[in-house]
Amino acid sequence: MSTLEADAMREITYCDALREALREEMLRDDRVFLLGEDVGKHWHGAFKVSRGLAEEFGEERVRDTPISESAIVGAAIGAAITGMRPIAEIMFGDLSTLAMDQIANQAAKIRYMFGGQTAVPMVVRMPFGAGASVAAHHSQSLEAWFMHVPGLLVAVPSTPYDAKGLLKTAIRNDNPVMFFEHKLLYGMKGSVPEDEYLVPFGEADVKRSGKDVTIVATLFMVHKALAAAEALAKDGVSVEVIDPRTLTPLDTETIVNSVKKTGRVVIVTEGCRTAGVGAEVAAILAEEAIDYLDAPIKRVAEPDTPIPFSPVLENFVIPDEKKIIKAVKDVL
Amino acid sequence: METYPLLEKEKLKELYRKMLEIRRFEDTVFELFGKNLIPGTIHLYAGEEAVAVGVCANLRKDDYITSTHRGHGHCIAKGAQLKRIMAEIFGKKTGYCKGKGGSMHIADFSVGMLGATAVVGAGIPIATGAGLSIKLRGTDQAAACFFGDGASNQGTFHEGINLAATWSLPVIYVCENNLYAMGTSQSAVMRIKDVADRASSYGIPGVTVDGNDVLAVYNAANEAIKRARAGKGPTLLECKTYRRRGHSRFDPATYRPEEEAEAWLKRDPLPRFRTQLLETAALTLEEITRVEEAVSAAVEAAVQFAMESPYPTPEEALDDVYA
Ligand SMILES: Cc1ncc(C[n+]2csc(CCOP(=O)(O)OP(=O)(O)O)c2C)c(N)n1
Ligand SMILES: [Mg+2]
Repeated sequence: MSTLEADAMREITYCDALREALREEMLRDDRVFLLGEDVGKHWHGAFKVSRGLAEEFGEERVRDTPISESAIVGAAIGAAITGMRPIAEIMFGDLSTLAMDQIANQAAKIRYMFGGQTAVPMVVRMPFGAGASVAAHHSQSLEAWFMHVPGLLVAVPSTPYDAKGLLKTAIRNDNPVMFFEHKLLYGMKGSVPEDEYLVPFGEADVKRSGKDVTIVATLFMVHKALAAAEALAKDGVSVEVIDPRTLTPLDTETIVNSVKKTGRVVIVTEGCRTAGVGAEVAAILAEEAIDYLDAPIKRVAEPDTPIPFSPVLENFVIPDEKKIIKAVKDVL
Repeated sequence: METYPLLEKEKLKELYRKMLEIRRFEDTVFELFGKNLIPGTIHLYAGEEAVAVGVCANLRKDDYITSTHRGHGHCIAKGAQLKRIMAEIFGKKTGYCKGKGGSMHIADFSVGMLGATAVVGAGIPIATGAGLSIKLRGTDQAAACFFGDGASNQGTFHEGINLAATWSLPVIYVCENNLYAMGTSQSAVMRIKDVADRASSYGIPGVTVDGNDVLAVYNAANEAIKRARAGKGPTLLECKTYRRRGHSRFDPATYRPEEEAEAWLKRDPLPRFRTQLLETAALTLEEITRVEEAVSAAVEAAVQFAMESPYPTPEEALDDVYA
């Protein structure tokens, strides 16, 4: 079932949806536990995702850690290869940089390097993204970095429905999953079924169907793309919005098929333009759909700068509806 | 009351003035944040003034400091201008970082303030590097590195201090132990009570002082900095202190037991020092009042400057990426 079909159900926030996923998986599997800075009863995570969990499952399974990102991820790895299924929270995605060796050299390579003897079933959850005026150390979108590391999976939910379904899948997956939660989405409400469901990895979701232009967008940008599509519809332009939902694995088939149909594509992501998510999608389209393209591929992304603090500056760098509409008009 | 080597009257007045500047500045920032005039988030230094002021009063303009997310107090103590700090917090073009940094990232290289990092613990090895540069250039400068109890659990703490110890660099590592890292109490994340105990594993002096007593901090820092300038290497100076408010924004800090908070807030470094100054007749009430009036005026002027300053133009977002 896609998000669109889920309309008739109850509405909960992205934050609540994530919490439900954590709770359900902790109830389902004793091996699942949480560790991170202030995830416990005093703070419940910087964005309150783990509210109530320490109270329900106890401090053994919802563990507050010192401010030691490298040890948080490293400990998760050690636990994962010895029978547990840890979920590590890094308070802000920018700070995954402190755990980069553990993520990129250890978690990602252990299975391969040791000839498949073991697996690293763990999730690293990270709030991330720009738009909250918290400057260069708390605003980055680093998904593309992790796409570049074989062995890691990368999930990028844009709705409460996807957030819950993808997180449950991530927890059950036997590989290290980098799970990106956009900080501006936590409060966003959306339909989520009462009944259990999973969202599989590697299955893009067509968030809006259209025939003139394809927009591939991720995370918060999905919503800006949908708003742009709505505005463009008034001008008679029919836009299809595709949300990959996971970047590794990437559902190239859905993207390529859409572009074959529309012949035009705009890729909208946060994160710097150079060597970003959009660059990979564009390269795939160049390889697999170039004969179907009626216009150059367009990327809308952040310029190659850190995220500035002042809202005037920050709004300038984050892709918005206007920039998306302009890009669509450019390829028409 | 403890007695200390006599400081000159002007020095005492300066200590009081700086501490009060920080307090009034932070109270004002809190108020303005509440009125939605400041974007993003804030981490206030109120309650911890004696640490930055006691340390920086020993530093020269050409000495260095590194700072943290809770950095306004460090800037003020090192001699940065209130109005340009405030303008930065407002995201204005006239701020120290042209609006690019904001509350968590203020720097004033003209007074040796090498910048505030919001990555907890990241300033520690950078201060080590400033110390290395001093040594390589053969000057008698020193560097002070501010960080929290929480930061002392980062790998950078171990790596940065061990390196400085090994190379006898002129740095003092100032742990502002306010007993909490966000909602996590120190006792939940380390077995020791005094972070300064860790100094022994680097073979350097570790000193713990009452961080709410500006003269205690001043004296301890004085010794550490003398040692640093004399080429004898770094010191780990732990100052026990307490935030007057929550960690950030509107955090009500309910994780702090009431009795604990009450006891600490009674030891507020400002009224404490004021009383001390009056009781020892170091300053007269009239002199103190004059300082207080001047500080209020300076903070007001800073707010006005920030409010009246222009925002950067959007395209300035693209500047300064490369030198
Ligand atoms: C590396 C890193 N991890 C986590 C955070 C989120 N965070 C910001 S401040 C803070 C607590 C810092 O505690 P401490 O070092 O004691 O300084 P204090 O806030 O008490 O002054 C945390 C966890 C961060 N900014 N950087
Ligand atoms: Mg602290």
